[in-house]
Amino acid sequence: FLQYCLSGHPTLPCNVLKFKSTTIMLDCGLDMTSTLNFLPLPLVQSPRLSKLPGWVLKDGSTFLDKELKECSGHVFVDSVPEFCLPETELLDLSTVDVILISNYHCMMALPYITEYTGFTGTVYATEPTVQIGRLLMEELVNSIERVPKAQSASMWKNKEVQRLLPVPLKDAVEVSMWRKCYTMPEVNSALSKIQLVGYSQKIELFGAVQVTPLSSGYALGSSNWIIQSHYEKVSYVSGSSLLTTHPQPMDQASLKNSDVLILTGLTQIPTANPDGMVGEFCSNLAMTVRNGGNVLVPCYPSGVIYDLLECLYQYIDSAGLSNVPFYFISPVANSSLEFSQIFAEWLCHNKQTKVYLPEPPFPHAELIQTNKLKHYPSIHGDFSNDFKQPCVVFTGHPSLRFGDVVHFMELWGKSSLNTVIFTEPDFSYLDALAPYQPLAMKCVYCPIDTRLNFIQVSKLLKEVQPLHVVCPEQYTQPPPTQSHRTDLMIDCQPPPMSYRRAEVLTLPYKRRYEKIEIMPELADSLVPLEIKPGISLATVSAVLHTKDNKHVLQLPPKPPQPPASKKRKRVNDDVPECKPLKPLLSGSIPVDQFVQTLEKHGFSDVKVEDTAKGHIVLLQEAETLIQIEEDSTHIICDNDEPLRVKLRDLVLKFLQKF
Amino acid sequence: VSYLCASGAGAGQDVGRSCILVSIAGKNVMLDCGMHMGYNDDRRFPDFSYITQNGRLTDFLDCVIISHFHLDHCGALPYFSEMVGYDGPIYMTHPTKAICPILLEDYRKITVDKKGETNFFTSQMIKDCMKKVVAVHLHQTVQVDEELEIKAYYAGHVLGAAMFQIKVGCESVVYTGDYNMTPDRHLGAAWIDKCRPDLLITESTYATTIRDSKRCRERDFLKKVHETVERGGKVLIPVFALGRAQELCILLETFWERMNLKAPIYFSTGLTEKANHYYKLFITWTNQKIRKTFVQRNMFEFKHIKAFDRAFADNPGPMVVFATPGMLHAGQSLQIFRKWAGNEKNMVIMPGYCVQGTVGHKILSGQRKLEMEGRQILEVKMQVEYMSFSAHADAKGIMQLIRQAEPRNVLLVHGEAKKMEFLKQKIEQEFHVSCYMPANGETTTIFTNPSIPVDISLGLLKRETAIGLLPDVKKPKLMHGTLMMKDNSFRLVSPEQALKELGLAEHQLRFTCRVHIQDPRKEHETVLRVYNHLKGVLKDYSVQHLPDGSITVESILIQATAHSEDQGTKVLLVSWTYQDEELGSYLTSLLKKGLPQSTA
Repeated sequence: FLQYCLSGHPTLPCNVLKFKSTTIMLDCGLDMTSTLNFLPLPLVQSPRLSKLPGWVLKDGSTFLDKELKECSGHVFVDSVPEFCLPETELLDLSTVDVILISNYHCMMALPYITEYTGFTGTVYATEPTVQIGRLLMEELVNSIERVPKAQSASMWKNKEVQRLLPVPLKDAVEVSMWRKCYTMPEVNSALSKIQLVGYSQKIELFGAVQVTPLSSGYALGSSNWIIQSHYEKVSYVSGSSLLTTHPQPMDQASLKNSDVLILTGLTQIPTANPDGMVGEFCSNLAMTVRNGGNVLVPCYPSGVIYDLLECLYQYIDSAGLSNVPFYFISPVANSSLEFSQIFAEWLCHNKQTKVYLPEPPFPHAELIQTNKLKHYPSIHGDFSNDFKQPCVVFTGHPSLRFGDVVHFMELWGKSSLNTVIFTEPDFSYLDALAPYQPLAMKCVYCPIDTRLNFIQVSKLLKEVQPLHVVCPEQYTQPPPTQSHRTDLMIDCQPPPMSYRRAEVLTLPYKRRYEKIEIMPELADSLVPLEIKPGISLATVSAVLHTKDNKHVLQLPPKPPQPPASKKRKRVNDDVPECKPLKPLLSGSIPVDQFVQTLEKHGFSDVKVEDTAKGHIVLLQEAETLIQIEEDSTHIICDNDEPLRVKLRDLVLKFLQKF
Repeated sequence: VSYLCASGAGAGQDVGRSCILVSIAGKNVMLDCGMHMGYNDDRRFPDFSYITQNGRLTDFLDCVIISHFHLDHCGALPYFSEMVGYDGPIYMTHPTKAICPILLEDYRKITVDKKGETNFFTSQMIKDCMKKVVAVHLHQTVQVDEELEIKAYYAGHVLGAAMFQIKVGCESVVYTGDYNMTPDRHLGAAWIDKCRPDLLITESTYATTIRDSKRCRERDFLKKVHETVERGGKVLIPVFALGRAQELCILLETFWERMNLKAPIYFSTGLTEKANHYYKLFITWTNQKIRKTFVQRNMFEFKHIKAFDRAFADNPGPMVVFATPGMLHAGQSLQIFRKWAGNEKNMVIMPGYCVQGTVGHKILSGQRKLEMEGRQILEVKMQVEYMSFSAHADAKGIMQLIRQAEPRNVLLVHGEAKKMEFLKQKIEQEFHVSCYMPANGETTTIFTNPSIPVDISLGLLKRETAIGLLPDVKKPKLMHGTLMMKDNSFRLVSPEQALKELGLAEHQLRFTCRVHIQDPRKEHETVLRVYNHLKGVLKDYSVQHLPDGSITVESILIQATAHSEDQGTKVLLVSWTYQDEELGSYLTSLLKKGLPQSTA
């Protein structure tokens, strides 16, 4: 089978698998790092941003100064931010039968695929994935749509022009494929194509393939997928975690015995320990607030934020932060907090137990009840009345290019009392900060990425022992910035097959069997014979029916009864057709016994002659001769059909049929 | 041929308690473990000795499945697992696992603490029993062991209620538990896919009823409550803490809001507040509408409905009280009933089914003088109303489920014999499947005839399907293979491969027949005539004239020699292998008839 690789981003994968007769898309991640090339979208008119100088080429030409602006030595596109889509030309995406989603971060490109490619299939995902995925999309659409931008820059994308631009714009890939954000109607339409599934639910695709989601331990409802037929098994591992945070633990056992294991979504910060990062997060937060400064935490509205709130819940009293307000600002803040409480079945054991009491599984319910945590849809409205400083604000988007976070960067950036703490690992924090430079505010980088690191991967692979591993090329070599760290790559035998964007891989597999069903009537008619101790054989002559990729063997239909008044038929009509095939024979014929049998059946003139390889049995009167050797018998007679049939049956008595 | 059995240790033709034993392909599964609320003696629990005679339950049963948290489906569980002794797995959904121990504890308190019964399970036993429970997701395939798998479907009867599919190989049983095919104010409708089980075991509580529209019943209910309250009467609604109670609360809450009513509505304490919490936390198990709007407004946060205190029952003036349990057989609802029963201004509304022996059942069947404990006679003057809000499928719903699942056999349980008989006929008429209705303790055996899955070597299959692709698809092609049975594996391979794997050589059986024909011509001319003749007759066969003077028809070899004595007679040697016997024998008889007169 084949694997089409549509995304080069190892944690935002998009692959298409041709497996047996089905075409399966595995995730459709949206690479949003492209937005880092754009100027932030301020909610409130920002004099600083609007005064940035236009970019001028070395030769002094200014034709790009409307599209490109310069800020502290970096050049940014002054336009609605755009995203880098998965490859859409590598294969006809309207032929995709199903899309399997592994977690809510890996579905952000879904509307582009389902609404623009002629896709008519079904998308499978768990309920938390869909609900939280919807929230992420809603937030994204909302934060881009509420800041309408008059300008849509495209001149810079011209290949001839792009060549002249400074890095990183000059090296940006496939800029012609970059697209603006989708709209809510498109999101709704895309999500309506999703069918909800539960962990360990077996979903049949066209009778040929079965797919099953398994808990991956990374996020609420996150899954790995098993794609299998009766004889082949592909495991798709995407965004898994072995750390105990809030989701149900990862199901590793079900990944065993895979022919191929596709491995994506490993940690993006392999050198950072998530626990250590959480500790640093808390202490930096406390220090800033104690000194009278504000803390800004750019984040997604779901996921790690639940764990951070839980840590703070345990930490704030001991750290003397009980009176500091925590704000969570997002158009979906309320929904996210509410939804987190209703997915008991998708939570880790401890949280499940709380629901049985019944108590809310996440302590942020209590933070809200005691007014320590407040949530608002945006900085406008109630928030502006309640806003007290110093405070801690959680808000998006982590790229710092849109969303309420832009406002706080502009508001707090000028004071060194304030701190911005980066916890999301998806964007380089230096790149994220570039359009805000120069900046007085403190910046702390505490990336929390709970996905598998290379030590865990190597343990996992030893445990589940796939025959072949397939992974993005980034995992087969040390990170470019740490080329001596050969421990930061996948090490397994045989070495992994790697892929890169726009590549097509042929996956190795060897299949020798297929399932077939023997109908009960046929099974009843079989006569098993024990050939060797423990091994029985039965010859099967049956009719093969194949429908929906399922094979069934049935009894052959009874031959039609010959008509009662047997007319003389033309010779042609008697030509034999479609009679059951004769079995193969095996064994050898003991001459003495054979002769005795012949005599018992009325042959009185049997004579036996020895030859080099065996014997010749002569029936003198019948002028018939039977050559018997170890592995062959030859009956030579006159055209006397009854005699031949009689001899045949006597010979067959000594032989086994196959 | 294999078979599966279903025997009711409880259920059967009775609504009292559910407990069914299913044997399928050698696996034994117990479905539900209910207690009978009409009895206070041994009869309240199923007779488990019936299952194994003397053996240990753990050895005999592969697993236990609980469909939902109602006590007539799970009430005997601690008795079964801790007192009789069972250590195997018990499966139920997450909400059932959460709520079940609370109801069991409540039941234990009523029985032991209030009635002072001994020889009953303890709180610790409930805890130990729940440790054996494995929670399942909807639609998750749970592998109980290598062969036995189970899968839960949404049943819509109460929060967390599920139907279960039990499958071994290609044989399967579906057990519905209690279910509801019409969505109500808080739950969705039961749903199952076309899983074509060998047997569908369905409840049949409302086997003969086709209920009028839900809206009418709701309007009727609200009218009765409203009228009673208007004339200063008190309304008692005995309910189970979870289920109907929440639906009726939502109904009254919205009505009170709309009509701006002031009379207090109470909900009997403890359990019910907790119950509403469960609904909030397991909101994904409620209906679409509630799930969609829960972020803006959680339907289970009631403004008008307050917690009840025992002292309130004596307050003057109108009020509405929801009190547990639902069949007036014990506890708070019975206490309030006794207080209010004497006043004709008051009303009791029974929103669900009552089993025989309970006070609820007695007053519904018209009894107005009740003998209470201590020979005391209670005269019932209050109005008694029955409103079927029970979330059971009615006859229409049961038929609908059968249509969805397409079972090969249907077994009716959890209903009354007469009503079941009616439904049985209807099912057999409409679906042409066998329908059974065993009595308590009776065993129904159903023979199944499953097809046998085997592994076919890809080589053989490809060879056969390649043949199948020839234009002549109308004639079914026969495939020939050898089924190798070793241990428990079945493999269908080509005969050649079977021989090879067994290390055996093929024994070739060959026949050569002499056919004499009269032909004075030279040998090679005779051969040519034979060749032309065969070519003419056997149009679909490959007939070849080889350079060495022989003829082949497919693999059959024909050589001609002159007769040693008679030059006018030629001897044709026709030679074929056993595998081509049909054709070989046909050719000899064809040649024996002689050659047609040459026209040339």
